[in-house]
Amino acid sequence: MTDTVPWSYAPAPQERGIVTIAPSYGLFVDGKFAAAADGRTFATVNPATEEPLAEVALAGEADVDRAVRAARAAYEKVWGPMPGAQRAKYIYRIARLIAERAREFAVLESLDNGKPIKESRDVDVPLASAHFFYYAGWADKLEYAGFGPARPVGVAGQVIPWNFPLLMAAWKLAPALAAGNTCVLKPAETTPLTALLLAEVCQQAELPAGVVNIITGAGETGAALVAHRGVDKIAFTGSTEVGKQILRSAAGTGKKLTMELGGKAANIVFEDAPLEGAVEGIVNGIFFNQGHVCCAGSRLLVQESVADILLDRLRRRLGTLRLGDPLDKNTDIGAINSRQQLDKIRELSAAGETEGAERWSPACELPDRGYWFPPTLFTGVSQSSRIAREEIFGPVLSVLTFRTPDEAVAKANNTPYGLSAGVWTEKGSRILWLAQRMRAGVVWANTYNRFDPASPFGGYRESGFGREGGRHGLRAYLDA
Amino acid sequence: MPSSENGRLAVRKTYKLFIGGAFPRSESGRVYPVLGRGGALLGNAAQASRKDARDAVSAARAAAGTWSGATAYNRGQVLYRVAEMLEGRAAQFTAEVAAAENIREPKAGQQVDAAIDRWVWYAGRPDKVAQIAGGANPVAGPYFNFSVPEPTGVVAVIAPQESSLLGLVSVVAPVIATGNVAVVVASLDRPLPAISLAEVLATSDLPRGVVNLLTGSTAELAPVLAGHMDVNAIDVTGVAGGDRAELERLAADNVKRVFAAEQDWAAPPTTQRMLAFLETKTVWHPMGT
Repeated sequence: MTDTVPWSYAPAPQERGIVTIAPSYGLFVDGKFAAAADGRTFATVNPATEEPLAEVALAGEADVDRAVRAARAAYEKVWGPMPGAQRAKYIYRIARLIAERAREFAVLESLDNGKPIKESRDVDVPLASAHFFYYAGWADKLEYAGFGPARPVGVAGQVIPWNFPLLMAAWKLAPALAAGNTCVLKPAETTPLTALLLAEVCQQAELPAGVVNIITGAGETGAALVAHRGVDKIAFTGSTEVGKQILRSAAGTGKKLTMELGGKAANIVFEDAPLEGAVEGIVNGIFFNQGHVCCAGSRLLVQESVADILLDRLRRRLGTLRLGDPLDKNTDIGAINSRQQLDKIRELSAAGETEGAERWSPACELPDRGYWFPPTLFTGVSQSSRIAREEIFGPVLSVLTFRTPDEAVAKANNTPYGLSAGVWTEKGSRILWLAQRMRAGVVWANTYNRFDPASPFGGYRESGFGREGGRHGLRAYLDA
Repeated sequence: MPSSENGRLAVRKTYKLFIGGAFPRSESGRVYPVLGRGGALLGNAAQASRKDARDAVSAARAAAGTWSGATAYNRGQVLYRVAEMLEGRAAQFTAEVAAAENIREPKAGQQVDAAIDRWVWYAGRPDKVAQIAGGANPVAGPYFNFSVPEPTGVVAVIAPQESSLLGLVSVVAPVIATGNVAVVVASLDRPLPAISLAEVLATSDLPRGVVNLLTGSTAELAPVLAGHMDVNAIDVTGVAGGDRAELERLAADNVKRVFAAEQDWAAPPTTQRMLAFLETKTVWHPMGT
């Protein structure tokens, strides 16, 4: 491998002034912003600089109760009885308003989350708008969805993670609203700001009060929400560990559940694969969004005959990735979302070394302040190693090899997870053979990390159950 | 039509055809008077000729690749844009529908509102029709087999004669929602709201040629379109029942799909009109290492 001199890039900053961040934010309950009942707040910080961005209300049990009651009243009096065609119009409005204010959302997302602006601008925000647009179109056509008479579930309690804050809010709210439910949504404590901007969009859309309620807080707030007796449906996206806690707490309550949990996806490269494309797919699979992706291709399974050449090319490609200011339009790798997550990535990476895997990162200067982790590759990883079994949720790729297709299948499925998988080969019959054998909810062939409102997404096994997106995504919010 | 209010003399509109995104007069130079209440002249509509119809088919065919190749999401957004544009001109359409159909404005306003909502309804359709009309087929063998709906192609639409706007929208929107392109013959006696609708379509990001609109004699134009070898399907809803048999005979020359269904235009739509202009494509692919 020859040393390539990375191109130097002049800064290309996205103007930050497009978004105005208030010093403090209340809870969005019953159509209005209000402080928490006990007045508690917490700070959300910019993970790229560690600077506080705003103080946000910390919802306690009383606030959760108020939000659920508001949702119930809106469900019974306004949203439930409303004709689907009218619900559709409100949801279309939300879709259009997000599109109109897209850049504002993108900058805010990058500030609060640490993800590169090109990602929030080109992926998160357009997909969020598209998701509302797609489900708006279902609101008056539920009888065609194939789930029998269209009856909503009631009040949905929705808890979402910090990796795609606005997009996850869209995935949760859009189908719920289309089906006629009302919502109490709790964004993650490190990324509340775009959800609160979405609350403002709901106001601009003149969405009836109480149909969408957004309460901010940490784990305790989420626990209070899912445990509330007035919640008919729980939708959770987050770690498998917390998902299991929620399942235990909901046991015996009869609440309808969907879980979108962790993953440890295999990205499988066969020797006949177009290698340049595969390299891009591997990079996209694990380094997109700093690897903070539940469906990240965190285990690379490469056929032994092409392992050396593929890894050479992969290392060379990693050397060209630009890490730094999330608001720079050239940035490929942004900041790790929180100190806590950074600690976890460091701990698991150290375990990888201890267990005998070989660690490699490109020469990569990390900023002095903020939370950063360089793109990292582990080779010589055994299946029993922690970095092959546990979800790291960071820019860390574990490389394993295989010789036969059957071995690839066995290794890929050797995990308690089952969210997604990738396969790279020129043979169509092999793609479909492999897809049939993957115990995973999404299989990407010669591509990776593709999302679309029309395409169902969700896991097998301990990656959760239920689907988001497409016609299938409606079932989670219909009494069917 | 407003003539003179506050002493100002109104500027009258020349109603023309809509072909390939442009508004030409009929190549034949013919027009016919459109009359309103008490025989008052509402305007002169272009009386399209056989050649205009052929030009419209050419324009439609030229647009077919772009429109069927656009993503379903994009087509949905364009249809929604039509609703937005129409909403902004609701007052104009209310006046035109009232004049064309000789009804009072409140009733015409209801028709216009329903027409706008119909575009919204169909805007939500393009990205869902494959999940309703397509799917995986569990064949008994090591094959991955799936079926997807695809647009039929160029669809000629003879619009309803009575409902000048709502009826028109109800037959055109389902055709183009799924990626077909259309040559539409407007109501013979009530063509003016259709031409104004063309102005809306022309400013809604709809690629030129996706909808082409002819005014004139249904009896003259329908046989041309029914017999045209580059038209793939024809909706003859706007043709009286007794006159359809001859069109069906002409359509047989290239196995055109012929469709007709009267309905209560005020009632919520179904998928019927969309599914009528779709082909089903089934793909087999082996599975194996």
